[in-house]
Amino acid sequence: MTEKMIGIYICTGCDIGNCIDVQKLCDGVSEEYNPDVVQTRPSLCHAAGPDLIKNDIKEKDLNGVVIGACSHRFHNKTFSFDKEILTERVNLREQVAWSQEARNEDTQMLAEDLMRMGLAKIKSILNPKPYIPEDPSKNILVLGGGISGITAAIEGAKAGYEIILIEKEDMLGGWSNNLFKQIPLEPPFQEPQERIISEKILELQGNKNIHSFLSTNIEKISGEPGNFKVLLSKSGEQTSLKAGAIVLATGWKPYDANKLTHLSYNSSQDIITNIEFEKMANDGNIRIPSSGKDPKSVVFIQCAGSRDKGHLPYCSNYCCGTSLKQAKYLLNIFPETNVYIIYKDIRTPGHYEEFYKHLQNEERLFLTKGDVREINVNGGLEVDFQSDLFREEIRIDADLVVLAMGMTPSNSEDLNLAYRKGKGLPELKYSFPDSHFICFPYESRRTGIHAAGTARAPMDIPSSMEDAGGAMLKAIQCVEATGRGESVHPRSGDQSWPELYMQRCTDCKRCTEECPFGSYDETESGTPLPNPARCRRCGICLGACPERIINFSNFSINSVSEMIRAVHVPDEFEEKPRILAFVCENDAYPAFDMAGLKRLKYSSFVRIIPVRCIGSINKVWISDALSQGFDGIIQIGCKPGDDYQCHYIHGSELTEKRGENIQETLDKMMLESERIKTVFLEINEYDKIPDIINDYVEEIELVGMNPFKGM
Amino acid sequence: MRNPILVIGGGISGITTAIEIAEVGHEVVLVEKLPYLGGKVIKFHEYFPKLCPPYCGLEINFKRIRENPRIKYFTSSTIEKISGDKGDYQAVIRHEAQMVNNNCTACGACVDVCPVERENEYNYGLDKTKAIYLPHELAFPFKFTIDENACKKQACSKCVEVCDYNAIHLNAIPATTDLKVSSLVFATGWEPYDANKLEILGFGKHPDIITNVMFERFTAPNGPTGGKLLRPSNGETPQNVIFVQCAGSRDENHLPYCSAVCCSASLKHALKVREKNPEAKARIFYIDLRVTGRNEDFLNKVKEDEGIELIKGKAGKIEIENNEIYVIAEDIASGRRLKTKADLVVLATGIVPSAVESIENGTEGFLDQLQNGYIASGCAKRPMDVSASLKDATAAALKAIQL
Repeated sequence: MTEKMIGIYICTGCDIGNCIDVQKLCDGVSEEYNPDVVQTRPSLCHAAGPDLIKNDIKEKDLNGVVIGACSHRFHNKTFSFDKEILTERVNLREQVAWSQEARNEDTQMLAEDLMRMGLAKIKSILNPKPYIPEDPSKNILVLGGGISGITAAIEGAKAGYEIILIEKEDMLGGWSNNLFKQIPLEPPFQEPQERIISEKILELQGNKNIHSFLSTNIEKISGEPGNFKVLLSKSGEQTSLKAGAIVLATGWKPYDANKLTHLSYNSSQDIITNIEFEKMANDGNIRIPSSGKDPKSVVFIQCAGSRDKGHLPYCSNYCCGTSLKQAKYLLNIFPETNVYIIYKDIRTPGHYEEFYKHLQNEERLFLTKGDVREINVNGGLEVDFQSDLFREEIRIDADLVVLAMGMTPSNSEDLNLAYRKGKGLPELKYSFPDSHFICFPYESRRTGIHAAGTARAPMDIPSSMEDAGGAMLKAIQCVEATGRGESVHPRSGDQSWPELYMQRCTDCKRCTEECPFGSYDETESGTPLPNPARCRRCGICLGACPERIINFSNFSINSVSEMIRAVHVPDEFEEKPRILAFVCENDAYPAFDMAGLKRLKYSSFVRIIPVRCIGSINKVWISDALSQGFDGIIQIGCKPGDDYQCHYIHGSELTEKRGENIQETLDKMMLESERIKTVFLEINEYDKIPDIINDYVEEIELVGMNPFKGM
Repeated sequence: MRNPILVIGGGISGITTAIEIAEVGHEVVLVEKLPYLGGKVIKFHEYFPKLCPPYCGLEINFKRIRENPRIKYFTSSTIEKISGDKGDYQAVIRHEAQMVNNNCTACGACVDVCPVERENEYNYGLDKTKAIYLPHELAFPFKFTIDENACKKQACSKCVEVCDYNAIHLNAIPATTDLKVSSLVFATGWEPYDANKLEILGFGKHPDIITNVMFERFTAPNGPTGGKLLRPSNGETPQNVIFVQCAGSRDENHLPYCSAVCCSASLKHALKVREKNPEAKARIFYIDLRVTGRNEDFLNKVKEDEGIELIKGKAGKIEIENNEIYVIAEDIASGRRLKTKADLVVLATGIVPSAVESIENGTEGFLDQLQNGYIASGCAKRPMDVSASLKDATAAALKAIQL
């Protein structure tokens, strides 16, 4: 390894020069770290600044630059140099000039410490060398040949990718094959339109980049993005192939009608599901099953299973539109039949409203909000319900009852992943896969495997087709990023990855257990088997490892320990406590920047180290900090829980749990439990920062100085 | 090498489409008419149903843009002209006069000396900023901007004098960029339905009749009241808040379609009323509660709150008597016509597609029947919530990279 030639560049603009003695800062850190270049500039971000740095890199053979200026969240492109050049940004603007007293001894000490931390870090890191699986595949495996899988395959093939489509049945089409017609999607939104599945199947069959396997199941999937090893089986015969990424489009099943005892599904063949009704319509044979006669009075019961805490607590999305469509079939075919729809709410968002509106003009269609109490089966069918409109119990005599069945997702364990952490996709709620479903709907906890359509959430056909495109795009993106040796979202483009020093591994399994993305498999004896292309680079394994053997080239046990040790801790008689703040770089760090922007002042006793996730904080850093003489340690991360905001799912939750172990460490060192604190902060709660920091400093002052100080 | 892909509109859909394309490995140009990215969602205080801040996801997205060499973005820019056919388009992008250039460090010295105020677009005109201003705390790009109509320009020039970075040029003129692009994505988004057209619902007749997007700003810490929910008329905390659903939507005289998001938004707002003042009551008058999928849990959470009443019945009229507001509505459950006094009324106005001049629009102004290989993304296509928009925006990215 070549020696590091480091340049220090300090910006004096944006009040930095007014706030601190920059010359003193340069002299102080130079004495300790002997940089090869030290320069200050009034506005380093303007052309002359970057040019100066570029010139020094060339002329003076620098391979590392430490820039003391604004937050690293600004001017990224201004201060990005050759890929080989290590660049470290020290936040002298938001964290010093904009949030501290100017020309103050403690502010000066803070600025000097921050520069030392930056220098210590750059001396202990290396630029990452990307991990790329051998001969990575860009082929995409699509599991499921219904409308979502077919659409995903067609759209992916149109973008130039080879697609392997697997369907367990002997024909393509899935549920769509049973459809008579679809809900209208085009003005005037009045008549159900032709189903789209037939033309889609033809389009798929005409595309030579799509290879379909029917009557085929997945026996096993192992490996990682770029190199998934897929074992298929077709009537006992096995084939193996390689894929780069996977779209899971295994669809849905109707809720089991037998479980809805009050709706008497079992007691009469004239009480049918909407699936059975659709099939009759498609067969051109809508009739009363028991008598074979034309129905005269048909009742649709909405939310059969859905919106019901005893069954499916969620809304299944497709059923209101479907019942309206099916009602329209009846009105069109039978000129005298009365149709009733009993609903909780009619949910026809967007232009579906216009179809609903059109149907409201039908004289033989009765829509009413109500709760069905029971269906009496004695010759005919009597549907008893509490009507909200008439405010009384009402009975409708029907000769056919159609239950609008709720939608349940297929089992993602059909993937048969040979992963240490299970065969399928981890679930968030109600069997649907986990993700930050508002902002990042395709974020998957199994990298490179993206759920689409009704396997991901309840939805109708047009939504499923859009969803298929989205999931396919993410699969394509994953194979491309893997080919470049880069992480996918949220650390998109990151080329660092965790390397394990296996000689010291004790097979404790903490890394395999705690990785939110199932990156690690295991040997039979429990030794971790990393799959770096599955990794999302959050560093939670680094935080978990008690043997400290997991490190990234640019974020390691050592690099953070060096930053901690770089801080000059005054002795206890100076009465200047030191607080170490581990701050989540995703949300809390920007909040500190915004606090600076708002010129909110907080204690200058705090030293901030940004981390990829607070789940990446290793226990050893806590003991390093306490040995170094820090008086308190605060970890600030994202909200855990059901509505978690942690970008790595359970990083902040793990930190809370690990906090209990850390208390034991404190007890052993005979230290007070207040010396470590965890705070959850939302990104827009920057106004709370002064209180959080200042209150903690006060609390620590009451507890007293760390007795290890100066030892 | 194919030409870059052009994404028009820098709201959450456009941002997402652009990033997803760039992360596959293609060049993208993103064009936004406002001086900052983030569109409508960046003005939301919280998303339903998680009640989490949009800044959280946007910060990740801005980071993805900052660090990706394949994305170029132009703010304060619009499309002047589009020509060409599928796969080979020409676009002329117009850039408004860049009076504050990229030298700006956001140090803020200019604001202190600027003598002019303007209505703050970010807060729907509910407060004021100086003529030179930072749009909001997480503004991306992170630089100041000048309201051309408010600024006195050379007659004043005070900001120019204090700027240490040669960042302000009051005589700057508009410019254009000609671009050859391989795909065109319209992520032009939406506007709230104009409440001035809802005369029967009293908008404009009493300051305490506001719209849902305005309500959102009243709950945000960076809003006009610093996050305090107050009656605009007298600055007091409201005790009786009524939400009027389908204010314009599902109404043939206004918008025939359902805007798909307003029910969930009002549930979120009702919870906010209760959080800000546990003594307060919130009532929601609705036709149907359209809270789809897993958001049902969110509806159940609201139903558990005793201070929130969900009333099936359309609020047809709002009357003002002696400066008091009365909401007239039909209560389906009791069969009675209710006349309820409120000290704050929130009209749940719907989604109207933003007008796009360069192309032919589809159903009711939505871009749902585009020709010539054009692609639509998000609410430009039909009304949808954030999650659905992002699904669509990602699918649009796939369309855009197809050969």
